[in-house]
Amino acid sequence: MTSIADRIFGPPLAGEAGAIVRDAATAPAASLPGILLPVGAERELRLDLFRGLALWLIFIDHLPPNLLTWFTIRNYGFSDATEIFIFISGYTAAFVYGRAMLESGFVVATARILRRVWQIYVAHVFLFTIFLAEISYVATRFENPLYSEEMGIMDFLKQPDVTIVQALLLRFRPVNMDVLPLYIVLMLFLPVILWLMKWRTDVTLALSVALYAITWQYDLYLTAYPNGFWAFNPFAWQLLFVFGAWCALGGASRMSRIISSRITLWICFAYLFAAFCVTLTWYFPQLGHLMPRRVEQWMYPINKTDLDVLRFAHFLALAAITVRFLPKDWPGLKSAWLRPLILCGQHSLEIFCLGVFLAFAGHFLLAEISGGAGMHFIISISGILIMWAMAWVISWYKHVADKGGSRTKSTGGNADMAGGGS
Amino acid sequence: MKSNSGAILGPILLACLLTAAPARAEDAPSSCEVPAYLLTSESSLPKVAEAVKSGHSLDILVVGSRSSTINTSDGSAYPGRLQATLRDKLPAVPVNVSIELQVKKTAGEVVGGLVKLVEVKKPTLVIWQTGTVDAMRSIDPDDFRAAVGEGIAALQNAGADVVLMNLQYSPRTETMISASPYLDNMRVMAQQREVPLFDRFAIMRQWHDQGDFDLFSTSHGLDLAKRVHDCLGRALAQFVIEAAHLKPAQQN
Repeated sequence: MTSIADRIFGPPLAGEAGAIVRDAATAPAASLPGILLPVGAERELRLDLFRGLALWLIFIDHLPPNLLTWFTIRNYGFSDATEIFIFISGYTAAFVYGRAMLESGFVVATARILRRVWQIYVAHVFLFTIFLAEISYVATRFENPLYSEEMGIMDFLKQPDVTIVQALLLRFRPVNMDVLPLYIVLMLFLPVILWLMKWRTDVTLALSVALYAITWQYDLYLTAYPNGFWAFNPFAWQLLFVFGAWCALGGASRMSRIISSRITLWICFAYLFAAFCVTLTWYFPQLGHLMPRRVEQWMYPINKTDLDVLRFAHFLALAAITVRFLPKDWPGLKSAWLRPLILCGQHSLEIFCLGVFLAFAGHFLLAEISGGAGMHFIISISGILIMWAMAWVISWYKHVADKGGSRTKSTGGNADMAGGGS
Repeated sequence: MKSNSGAILGPILLACLLTAAPARAEDAPSSCEVPAYLLTSESSLPKVAEAVKSGHSLDILVVGSRSSTINTSDGSAYPGRLQATLRDKLPAVPVNVSIELQVKKTAGEVVGGLVKLVEVKKPTLVIWQTGTVDAMRSIDPDDFRAAVGEGIAALQNAGADVVLMNLQYSPRTETMISASPYLDNMRVMAQQREVPLFDRFAIMRQWHDQGDFDLFSTSHGLDLAKRVHDCLGRALAQFVIEAAHLKPAQQN
């Protein structure tokens, strides 16, 4: 178990906040002993950029494999876009609501967080409705005898009473609809996390690590319907979320020395390279015999449900390198080329839901209009363009159409920074 | 192997015409090439090799769920095609393939009955097709892995060689059934217990990608299913021959 802890504290992350927090130190306004918060900080475009990227990658990963799939990071290492999404969500949520908690107190911050949870919940139910419509349509049209067994998955349509109630309880979730329920649960616990962090940030992170370790030791999980369990175990994935919050609330600045050290850099590169070699053997099974059996038996299966340590470490290494080579004030962040990604990242809840919907729709189109690589490619690209257009429309609403309603500004505050919408 | 394929193909064509005689002449084998790495395994089948060497009968038992059959009574599902192909390639050995359907049962539910099946039928080789029902019911992958491991051990203790077969590639239901944890765990178990894994999922995906079959097809007819099963049966026969290291010399 010690090795886990070492890994977590070892290859460090995210001077993401490092830069901001250093600013804060020079302007010591609203900071409490426990928490350092940036004062009047600019929007951290790198967060938006990578969240936007995560959203695009999640969308592509949800489509059937095609040419673009080769551009997603899960093909080159252990971790994938989900890690990025959850980490940045933790980071921004703590950043926004942590300040609310300092300025307006626990009750008000909690109230805002709960409103946010409600929005995510409604979004999830909306997606489920669309999914149900698609499934019902497919189920009635599709009777290929080759797949009569697989079509048994539609049996749940025979008892909608149970299914729909279970879906509302977040226990029944079709494939690809696992991220939002995880997000809902994590956000639900955010007030407690922030409250603890206000007291002692490091202790909170230590508690989170402990919960993670206990989850692995005693196999904690949430059950799902009709059986099985949550595909993303909140007891394990909270680690990434809390770690994001910890970085936002000053942890990152304290790690900045470790991040900038050469040794860390080389460890990260070495680890990423090793992970890359391992993933190569997945896609070219001919290479499989090069992998030592010992290593295979120790390593597999790499558990996504419980956020395998290998995945977490891979994410840390990626993040450390990103933070090092992509400074906060990199001029490219303002370039028009990255604008679509950043826009999508700024409205992540809406764009995430849209992405899930577009993935359904893409599957559906591929099924009805017969696939082909060209069609696949067109669907992926137009999906991304639609996400961009939607993000643009949303921000237009926010800045132009809703300008009159000045009240929303103060209540919604920076909610969009915590994941879109107000 | 390549130079052989022509010589093998002829008899196969003939065998298809003969065994599936009442079927139609247009049932010529589809082109469904499988890359060599999907048909080789590090693990071997010593009992099969011995049975073939000594000329005893080769009794194969397929334990599987619905996807091991199609709704026809003739032998056009893959177990039937496996039998036809093996008889053709191993003319000196009496080959019998029987099938034991365990419809709508998870690996955990099948395991209990496995030993009894083997004791009754005394097969040389058990081809265990599993994972689909578990994936559909999203059984805990750890439980699934344990069940598969237990099943393999039981079969081996009862004196049979084992080949694992994983899920079908089913692009239509990809949004609804999450196959990968079950595929991964079967691969892990096969490796740990040194049992060959017939990667039906990868093979069918390969065919789909190559354009041999349109697995997205909504056709209600049996034609596609028959052609896919024919190809699966032949690939499986090839796989068994390779895994048992049966030299071409022994095949004649």
